[in-house]
Amino acid sequence: MSATANIIVSILFEGLAYAMFLFIVSVGLSVTMGLMGFVNLAHGAFAMAGGYLVLTAMRSWDVPFFAALALTFVVVGAASVVFERVFYARLYKATELDQVLLTIGLAFMAIATYTYIYGPRPQSIVLPSYLTGQIDIASRTFPAYRVFVIAVGAALTAALWYAFERTNIGAKIRAAVDNRRMAQSIGIDVDRLFTLTFAVGSGLAALGGGLAIDLFGLTPSFAVLYLVFFLLVVAVGGLGSLKGTLAAAILLGVCDTAGKYIYAGAGGFIIYAVAMLILLIKPAGLYGRE
Amino acid sequence: MAASDVTAAVGLDARDRARAFLATRHRFGIFEALPWVLAVAAFFVFPDRMAFGSQVLLMVLFALSLDLILGFAGIVSLGHAAFFGLGAYTAALLTLRGGWEEPISGLIVAAAVAAVAGAASGWILLRYRGLTLLVLTLATTIMLQELGNLWRDVTGGYDGLPGLTFTPLLGHFDYDLYGHVNYLYALAVLFVLFMAVRTIVYSPFGQTLAGIRENVARMHAIGSPVHLRLVTVYTIAAAIAGVAGALFTQTNQYVTLGVFDFDNSAGVLVMLILGGAGRLYGAFIGAVIYMVLQDYLSKVSPQYWQFAVGLLLVLTVMFARRGLLGLAEDAMKLFARGKRP
Repeated sequence: MSATANIIVSILFEGLAYAMFLFIVSVGLSVTMGLMGFVNLAHGAFAMAGGYLVLTAMRSWDVPFFAALALTFVVVGAASVVFERVFYARLYKATELDQVLLTIGLAFMAIATYTYIYGPRPQSIVLPSYLTGQIDIASRTFPAYRVFVIAVGAALTAALWYAFERTNIGAKIRAAVDNRRMAQSIGIDVDRLFTLTFAVGSGLAALGGGLAIDLFGLTPSFAVLYLVFFLLVVAVGGLGSLKGTLAAAILLGVCDTAGKYIYAGAGGFIIYAVAMLILLIKPAGLYGRE
Repeated sequence: MAASDVTAAVGLDARDRARAFLATRHRFGIFEALPWVLAVAAFFVFPDRMAFGSQVLLMVLFALSLDLILGFAGIVSLGHAAFFGLGAYTAALLTLRGGWEEPISGLIVAAAVAAVAGAASGWILLRYRGLTLLVLTLATTIMLQELGNLWRDVTGGYDGLPGLTFTPLLGHFDYDLYGHVNYLYALAVLFVLFMAVRTIVYSPFGQTLAGIRENVARMHAIGSPVHLRLVTVYTIAAAIAGVAGALFTQTNQYVTLGVFDFDNSAGVLVMLILGGAGRLYGAFIGAVIYMVLQDYLSKVSPQYWQFAVGLLLVLTVMFARRGLLGLAEDAMKLFARGKRP
């Protein structure tokens, strides 16, 4: 394989792993925003909390990695319902500013609490041995963990696509994103639907947080550090669109990785430039409705 | 606004009534002297805390600039720190790379740079709204930070540019160790710009901004050039934020890329919301409480401070949506009702 092709494969591979992480965390945010128009800046805090739950489960309770990921999905998803009922539900009809402020406040409190418990330094976990090595695919070696993240992302994409396009609940969600009032008037309980998607979305964010520990290292500031990327993915993809979120995650993930490979100094810059360009041309995102 | 203010002017034509209404609002109340009296009093009561005092004053100015666009025009931005940072770096680079050490002209140049950036970005970004606008303002600020990091040789990167020097204020007043000159300098700048902002919000232009905030569709319908008005106020606010940033550089004699942090954009938002947006003096109360709490709690533990900011935000949104000044107003109303059955 030539050197250029080698670099391109590396960029696509790394970019795809990053994209899958972005997709897993952002998809819940996109659907809940699409349903209620609720600007949730605390979404990253659920991802951060999920990461720390995986950490604690593995370190203190000797839970295996896969079980810890499942546990964090369920526990954070269930816990998020409490937040949704106590805080979010009161602000559905409030202004965007109030929602922004409330959720920034929750994110700050979460960061402070987790810094108090775990300290500000990055944490890591010990992965099972079969996830730490290299895997040979088509005469090339790839880091096994990234292959694993891509596989999880692909499996979740398939599952979410099925749930969205082929189940009754998925049809209701699509109807409510399209036109909430109309959906309500034909008897769809949008509030309950929202609580459900909020829980699943937060659970997925927590799962993404757990997967991210070995990709980026986990610190409490994860909650706002990556929030910008989640928001970019959601805005670029278009609110409430599964397809859009996936497309935006892949586009931004690959662009970001490519930028860092080609010109390390400008790495962080490119993802914003690409996202802004797309938003300036298509304000509602790639697959959003104007 | 209450129609009763205008009923006294029955018999005049509409134009005169509008003028009378604006003039009534523009009149100074006796309480408006209070913050300035307190600011001067603080100079004599806490002579050894003036370095901190000047930081509070420049944050009041920063929050005031946000009040113009958020409180009066209803533009929700998560990237107001962009203009603060541009002003801060303009002031720093003028003295360090340009050898221009005169502070007041430094403020003016910083205001001009921030205003140009405000006009350019506002002209493009203010066509958008909702999540798109939030993300675009946030991304613009981070892009500036990344650019600053890219040009590390010029900006000093995250290590910043320490040890900046400025010539004595007005050629006479040299900066003392306790920051007395800096405090009075910041207070004077704040006073001048506050008067400008006050004039703007009570002018007919300020009225159109309130109209846009309350009902854009109607403002379009009566032929108001909405986009131009928004870009204008955005530019003015950017210039003022730039001055606040330049004051930050000049009073601290250093600057780092931290000025572009999300925490800076969020912090000024918290100050304004805490005090009460859209009421001029909210910026004063919010910034003072925020800065004093930060000063006190950060010494105990940074986590306590961050938790407190979060809690303040949640409580404000849940129970005091119009800020502390709004709460005070409600309390006064209750009190007045109690007296007069």
